[in-house]
Amino acid sequence: MYRLYVAFIILIFSGSTVTAGSSLPQELKDLYFGEALYYAFQEDWFDAISRLDTELTQHHGLDEPERDTLYYHINHAEFAVGDFELAYRMHQRAGRAITAVIEGNVEEPVRNEAIYRLARIYFQKDQPVNALYAVERISGDVPPHIVNDLNFLRAQILMANERYAEAADILTDLQDAKNLEGFSTYNLGIALIKDGKELEGREYLDLTGRIRSNDKLTLAIKDKSNLVLGSKLLEEKKYENAKQVLDRVRLNGPFSNRALLGSGWADVYQERFERAIVPWNILAAREVTDASVQEAMLAAPYAYGKLNVYSKAAVMYGSALANFDTELNKLDESIKSIREGHFIKALVREELKQDANWVVKLRKIPQTPETYYLLELMAAHDFQESLKNYLDLEQLRKKLDAWEGDLDAFVEIIEQRRAYYQPLLPAIDREFRQLDSQMRLRLEQRDRIEQRLQKMLVVPRPDYLATSTERINLEQIRLLEHRVSSNGTAANERIEARIKRLYGLLHWNIFTEYDDRYTETYLNLLNLNHEVDLLKTRYQAFVRTRQAATQSYEGYDDVIRRQRFRIREALEKVKILMARQGHMLETMAVNELSKRRERLAEYQIKARFAMAESYDRAARAQNQEQESK
Amino acid sequence: MFNRLRGFILVLSVLVFSFPAYGEQISREQIKGLDEQVQEIKSDVLDIAEELNQLEEKLLYPSNTQVAVFVSLDSGETFRLDSMEIQLDGKPVAHHIYTFKELEALQKGGVQRIYTGNILSGDHDLQVTVMGKSQGGADFQKIERFRVNKNVGPKIVEVSLAAESITFKDR
Repeated sequence: MYRLYVAFIILIFSGSTVTAGSSLPQELKDLYFGEALYYAFQEDWFDAISRLDTELTQHHGLDEPERDTLYYHINHAEFAVGDFELAYRMHQRAGRAITAVIEGNVEEPVRNEAIYRLARIYFQKDQPVNALYAVERISGDVPPHIVNDLNFLRAQILMANERYAEAADILTDLQDAKNLEGFSTYNLGIALIKDGKELEGREYLDLTGRIRSNDKLTLAIKDKSNLVLGSKLLEEKKYENAKQVLDRVRLNGPFSNRALLGSGWADVYQERFERAIVPWNILAAREVTDASVQEAMLAAPYAYGKLNVYSKAAVMYGSALANFDTELNKLDESIKSIREGHFIKALVREELKQDANWVVKLRKIPQTPETYYLLELMAAHDFQESLKNYLDLEQLRKKLDAWEGDLDAFVEIIEQRRAYYQPLLPAIDREFRQLDSQMRLRLEQRDRIEQRLQKMLVVPRPDYLATSTERINLEQIRLLEHRVSSNGTAANERIEARIKRLYGLLHWNIFTEYDDRYTETYLNLLNLNHEVDLLKTRYQAFVRTRQAATQSYEGYDDVIRRQRFRIREALEKVKILMARQGHMLETMAVNELSKRRERLAEYQIKARFAMAESYDRAARAQNQEQESK
Repeated sequence: MFNRLRGFILVLSVLVFSFPAYGEQISREQIKGLDEQVQEIKSDVLDIAEELNQLEEKLLYPSNTQVAVFVSLDSGETFRLDSMEIQLDGKPVAHHIYTFKELEALQKGGVQRIYTGNILSGDHDLQVTVMGKSQGGADFQKIERFRVNKNVGPKIVEVSLAAESITFKDR
């Protein structure tokens, strides 16, 4: 039961911030953004923020960010990181992030949504004047999905600034908003009451108290409305009405204990003791650590006493006394154990965090008296926030510890890479330089061929495409021609004619086959180009690999040294803050439990006297009965 | 006696109806001051985390060899994903058993990076094995093989799961 109450309080304080930032874009284009959302959906805020921060930093560092896939989600991502920071209770940083969006070059709806979020932060951090100033800056187009939420926030902020009439006007217009069902009516009721329109306000509280819904939050606000209205009626001695309203509170809701207690009192004030016993007996059987239950343990026998059932009253007082004794012992043990430092140790038990109901589980574990009353302590917002801070600090401590180990591993990896690559690289570089010069030579040759082929398209040069055999033959014919011309005999004429024929034959072949030869050469060049491309790819791959080899062990020393220093510094701070936060939690717990102890001790004394008196009266009644016989 | 008891209980009921009080010896300023310091250290540690993420990526997964495999669920899928195994070139490189929270995060549209590693340029064989329960409660196991072509830049691969199929998206 109490768990529900605590859950309701948590939802009221944090619910809206969590869901807003974790929404999914219509089409996810950036998987790393999707990864950040994956962590956010698990409420692992640290990893969600750190992943998204890394993505955003990389995105903003790009020369052409519009080519990055995060570009399609950039506004969403900027808002999401702010929302994650809010959920991680980093209001200052979230505020700065959102202010950066507001001051950036963004469209009106985006700017207005950012201001809305900033106003919400101020409101949550109990800064209503700043929240009002922020929300008043919103003008022009507002994204449709936040219109109702914005107006509701505006009304809440006005209420916090005691401008109830304006808040009531806004809330009146929100009565049809389905996502605010119950909350808009309840707040309207409160605003009207605060504005002096008591009757009108109560009508809205009554309306809220009659809502039919299956939504858990709406049912919780319905219960709260009935409890508030019932308590008011009780104070005004309108007991019958108070009873009717309080009885509308669900028996299994977060406010049921207080409603049952009030319902009983409404009967008692009307001297209907037999009817008061019903809710109080239900209540008295519930979790004994709850203050209402403890009160019911005294109230129920009181009602029996009023009905002259003294023996039953005496027995119930006795039972209450036994319970109070047990609870007092538990409180003593809890306070002692907390003072000995066991409370903090129990809170950080890792195995408990696996269970969503860890707060409830913690109470049930034997030999942990320090956490018997944890659930009751969790009802206080400040305690909850301090506890969350402590658990977050513990998470940071573990991360920083692990990162120190990671840095050691990085250093070892770097040293191993250096030991492997450094002796190899000089020989590889030498060989590469030789291959590089050969490659450049061949590439120049290829370029010359290409240029020549291009020119031959304009001025055909069949001689360029003569085969090597044809060139040799041509040379031989020229030699023969030279020898024949130097002899000067008549027989040479015949030889000259034959030489001319040979010349003619060679030129015939060279000229007639020119087109085919040109095409073949061109195709060969294309094939060569393909080989050259492969060569260039392998060359570039080698260059990259060669660079990567050096980069795999050089240039990390400063980064690692700086990181190590920052980690150690942060670890020191975390440890100091953990000690302070832990001490604060212990003090809060001891204070609260001491108050409860004092109250229980008073209950105990009263119960003891009442029990004695009940026994006396029971005995007297028995005697009178015997005498009358 | 009973009247005194009634008076006593009435005072208590007022106390119970009011909200719990805070510790007397701790002021609001103290709580706020400490909370602000906790926020500052969170911010510092997040900055360290961001730089470490970049260092880790540069040192362990340089872009020319980096491969990352992401897992997502098709929208509206309600089958129960129990576990998943990734094999790259015949070697198991990742195996994950899903918790309820992780499955819920996937169903809401989150994307899990199941594996980050290094491979050479060229074609590689990727085998995905999925185990789970269908909506009807029957156990199922699906195995699909895909070809991953690694070029110069980081290789990002998305494996999208549905009750009926495993889809490979080359990003």
